[in-house]
Amino acid sequence: MADLAEKSRTCFTQDVSAPELPLSAPLNVGFDYTRSVGPVLGRFVDALRERRVEGVRGSDGRVHVPPLEYDPVTAEALSEFVPVASEGEIVSWSWIAEPVDGQPLSRPFAWALIRLDGADTSMLHAVDAGSPSNVHTGQRVRIRWADETVGHIRDIAYFVPADGPDTETTEPPPPVAKREDGAPVSVVITPIHLRYEHSASPEESRYLRGLAEGKLIGQRCPSCEKVYIPPRGACPTDGVPTTDEVELPDTGIVTTFCIVNVPFLGQKIKPPYVAAYILLDGADIAFLHLVLGCDAADVRMGMRVRAVWKPRDEWWTSLENIGHFEPTGEPDAPYESFAHHL
Amino acid sequence: MPDVAVVGFAQAPNVRSTPGTTNGVEMLVPIFAEVFERTGLSKEDIGFWCSGSSDYLAGRAFSFIAAVDAIGAFPPIHESHVEMDAAWALYEAWLKIRMGEVETALVYGFGKSSAGQLRRVLALQMDPYVVAPLWPDSVSVAGIQARLGLESGLWSEKDLAEVAARSRADAAGNPAAQLSGTVEVAELLDAPYFADPLRAHDIAPITDGAAVLVLASAERAADLVDSPAVITGIEHRVDSPALGVRDLTKSPSTAAAGRALDLDGVEVAELHAPFTHQELILRDALGLGDQVRINPSGGVLTGNPMFSAGLARIGEAANRILDGSARKTLAHATSGPVLQQNLVATLEVLS
Ligand SMILES: [Zn+2]
Repeated sequence: MADLAEKSRTCFTQDVSAPELPLSAPLNVGFDYTRSVGPVLGRFVDALRERRVEGVRGSDGRVHVPPLEYDPVTAEALSEFVPVASEGEIVSWSWIAEPVDGQPLSRPFAWALIRLDGADTSMLHAVDAGSPSNVHTGQRVRIRWADETVGHIRDIAYFVPADGPDTETTEPPPPVAKREDGAPVSVVITPIHLRYEHSASPEESRYLRGLAEGKLIGQRCPSCEKVYIPPRGACPTDGVPTTDEVELPDTGIVTTFCIVNVPFLGQKIKPPYVAAYILLDGADIAFLHLVLGCDAADVRMGMRVRAVWKPRDEWWTSLENIGHFEPTGEPDAPYESFAHHL
Repeated sequence: MPDVAVVGFAQAPNVRSTPGTTNGVEMLVPIFAEVFERTGLSKEDIGFWCSGSSDYLAGRAFSFIAAVDAIGAFPPIHESHVEMDAAWALYEAWLKIRMGEVETALVYGFGKSSAGQLRRVLALQMDPYVVAPLWPDSVSVAGIQARLGLESGLWSEKDLAEVAARSRADAAGNPAAQLSGTVEVAELLDAPYFADPLRAHDIAPITDGAAVLVLASAERAADLVDSPAVITGIEHRVDSPALGVRDLTKSPSTAAAGRALDLDGVEVAELHAPFTHQELILRDALGLGDQVRINPSGGVLTGNPMFSAGLARIGEAANRILDGSARKTLAHATSGPVLQQNLVATLEVLS
C-alpha cells in the first residue's frame, strides 16, 4: 500500500503559458418562501383578497399602508385598523425601461411610492403608464386588481392612472396563499427564483477536467504537503492555494460510512445502501461516495475499495463518472493508518 | 477598556467581474498576505476573525464557510460572520478587543456581485411580505429617493453629476478603483437615463471585490505600525424598513450615529454612498462642511464591492492616518436598501 501511494504521487507541471479559464455553469436556485402572516398582515392580505385595502393607525395618529405590526416611533404593537381607498396619488417615482424577472409588469413601467386616500404613509408598487412622460408626482392612480385574488400583495397587479382605462396584465408569477376553505389567510407563499453563473476555482477546474478524462487529480499543499482531492483554493491549515498536481489511483479505503435505510424524494438507489467517506491511496482527505457490490452489513471502516467507472461515453466533468466503489477483497487497512483522517 | 486601532488595510482590485469563485478565496488569499506583510503579524497572532458576506450574492447556503479556508482555519480559530457589510463585522471585532477578550482581530468582506443579477438579488433584503414579492430592483428604489430630493429642490441633476465627476477624478489616485478619469459634468448630463431620474454615472458600478482590515488594541498597535489609526468613536443606527414611513431625503439613522460622536476637526470623510444623491444626504446628516474632504479614494461610485465596500471606507479613512496625511478622519458604512442601516466611525492619530 505504501508503495502504491508513493507511485501515485506523480507530479506534473501545469502549462502556465496557456492558462485555462475556470469551469463555470449556470446555477438556478428556486424555492418558495412560506411565511405565516400573523394578525396584522393577515388582516391586510385577507382584505386584499376581497379587493379592499386596510391600513393601521400608528401611535402618532398616522395611518400606515401597508400596515405595520409595530409602531415605527414607539415600537408599540398596532391593532387599530382603518379602511382606506383603492385610489391615491404618486409621492415619487422612477422609470424602469427594462423590467427584470418577477416584477409586476414585463413592459416598461414606473415604480412609485403611492399614498392611498385615507393613508398617511406610502406603499411601493408599479404603475402601468406606457412612458415616463405619462407619469408625474401628484398623479392620481388606482389599483388594477389581479384577475384572481388569493390574499397576497400581488393581488394588487399594479396601479393605473385613475382616469385611464384598465390595461392588460402581463403575467405575474403565481402569488400563493394558504388557507382552509373559508378561513382567513394564514400563510403567504412567494416563489423565489434566482439565476447565477457559478464558477469553480482554478484548482477545482483542473480536477473536474481530469475527471472527464478518467483521471483523479489532487493537489498538494506547498506548505504542509497534504494532498487534497478535490484540490482547494486554499489549504485550510495554511491558507495558501494548493499547487503541485498529483494523479491519484482509483483505489482507497472506507474511513467511515453510514447505511441509508430511509427513502427520500429524488433518491436514485433503493435503500438500504452505503454512503461512505472514501480516502484514496495517497490522499489526505476523504470524499463522499457510494459503496455497492456487497451487502450493506459487510461494509467496514478500513475496508479496501476500488472505483467502478461508468462507460467512457458517459464521462463528463463530474465525479458521477465513478458510479460507485466496491470492495477489492484485499485485507483491511489497520485503524492506526487512517485514524488521523477521521 | 483598551482603545482599538486599525493597523493594516488591503483590498482586492475592484473589477466588473472575476473568473473566481463566489467564496472569494482567490481574492482573499493575496490581500491577507498583504496585511500580514505590512503589520508583521502572522495568522497565529490573530485573536479573532470576523467576516461579512451574503449567501444571496453567492447563490448558495453558508457560502462564508468556504472562504474560511483562505484564512487557514485549522487548527480551530475564533471566528464569526455577519450577513451584512463587513463594517458590521468590524464592529463585532472592535467589541472583542474592547472587552479585553483578544488583542488583535482580522476583519474581511467579500462578494462576487457579477455571479447573479445584483439589482434583483438585492430585492430580497426588502420586507418579505409586502415589498420583496414585487421584486423591486435596488436602482429603481434609489431613483424614487433621488426624485424626492430633485423635486423638492434639495439637489439638482447637476449637483449629482458633480459628485460623480469629482469621484472619478479622485479615483485616479486609487489603484484599486474600477472607474476613474476626467469627465465633464455637461457630458454626464447629456447621457440618457438608466432609471429616470438616475443616469449611469449616478449609480455605483457592479463590482467584484474583497477587503481586509487588521485591528489591534492601541497598546499592541503602537508596536506594529508607526502611526496606528485609533477608532475614537463608532456608532450604528437603523431606520424603519418601511420605505413609505421614512422621509427618504434624509438619513435620521446616520444623523443619530453622528450626533453620538465628536465630529469636530474631521479632515477627511469616506462616505458609503452607492448613489450620487446619497452622498448629499449623508453630508447633510453628518453636518460635513466644505472644509471636509469627501471620498479622496473616489468612493463606491468608482467601485462598489458588495459586503466589503463599507469596510473599505473604514480602511481608506484609516489609511489617511496610517500614512500621516490626516489627523482625524470619518468613515461611514451602509447596509440594506436606500441607506437603511448606517455606521459611523471616527479615527485619529494615537495620542
Ligand atoms: Zn497546507
